[in-house]
Amino acid sequence: MNSHTYDYLDGNAAAGELSKIFAMDVTAAIGQCAHCGATKRFAEAHLYMQGPGVVARCAACENVLLRFVNARQRVFLDVRGMTYLSLDTSQL
Amino acid sequence: MWRVGKVVALRDETSSARTIAFKVPDWPGHLAGQHVDMRLTAPDGYSAVRSYSIASAPDPESRVEITVERLPDGEVSPYLTQELAVDDQLELRGPIGGWFVWRTQQTEHVQLIAGGSGIVPLMAMIRSRASAGSTAPFRLLYSVREPGAVLYRDELQAISDCDHSVNLTYAYTRAAPKDWPRPPGRIDAALIATKTWPSYLVPTCYVCGPTPFVESAASLLSESGHSSERIRTERFGPTGDQR
Repeated sequence: MNSHTYDYLDGNAAAGELSKIFAMDVTAAIGQCAHCGATKRFAEAHLYMQGPGVVARCAACENVLLRFVNARQRVFLDVRGMTYLSLDTSQL
Repeated sequence: MWRVGKVVALRDETSSARTIAFKVPDWPGHLAGQHVDMRLTAPDGYSAVRSYSIASAPDPESRVEITVERLPDGEVSPYLTQELAVDDQLELRGPIGGWFVWRTQQTEHVQLIAGGSGIVPLMAMIRSRASAGSTAPFRLLYSVREPGAVLYRDELQAISDCDHSVNLTYAYTRAAPKDWPRPPGRIDAALIATKTWPSYLVPTCYVCGPTPFVESAASLLSESGHSSERIRTERFGPTGDQR
């Protein structure tokens, strides 16, 4: 055994919530981490859901890529941690 | 967007796992590997949302199956596996996900690696392959606690018996059948080297299970030469109680 706690899921688990605000699937989208520059599929991000919202972190450096909070009748989305998110318009 | 699905069939897979089949009017169709969110709402308005992988192949009759493993302290899974009855209705959102999917047009080698109930979306891929008449060479490495916890055992056996391009390997972690060639244990490099497609065949690898299992299996695949772009993962586990 090692000391990892593995208290995260991955970007796939956020897709349902994000479908409320994105017209296209985000799991296959490619995002660039604003901290380390890694470009990965959003599905690969480490997802933390224990808090009041959802936090996605870079699988390479653990920088926060995206935060998503539902509060009453509003949704707050913070994507400062990504320099871009590239979505495939031909999918599905 | 939430849709209302009606339960049309229930089937026990093991002593703790049950398959639930829904008819969902206006279901847009799904791809193997996708999941659905289910929302349960109590009379007092409290609601809980959980994600479940779809187990069934795409179906023109708008039928969707999920298989739910009962978690002893779960808030939702005991209800779904013990109380839900045929003709009950539930809210569903989906299908969800466009990355952890296998499309019937894919012809390359496919390596599936399941940990426990991580078999569910991979079973959808195997069923989808069979129903589409695909000849893509599939291998499944299925890590499971003990023989009694294997999901879909008979169906998997029947598929691989009549189609030799679907190959199955069970890796038991706690208790193996008598005379089983490998002592119980986790998936390791030796098993990856002997029972999975080698990296020079450039298979697409799908790994699904609890987070520690996925981290371990994906690392073993990387170390045996598979490029990270060919390894698709889906992690599951307990999620927040209030959403």
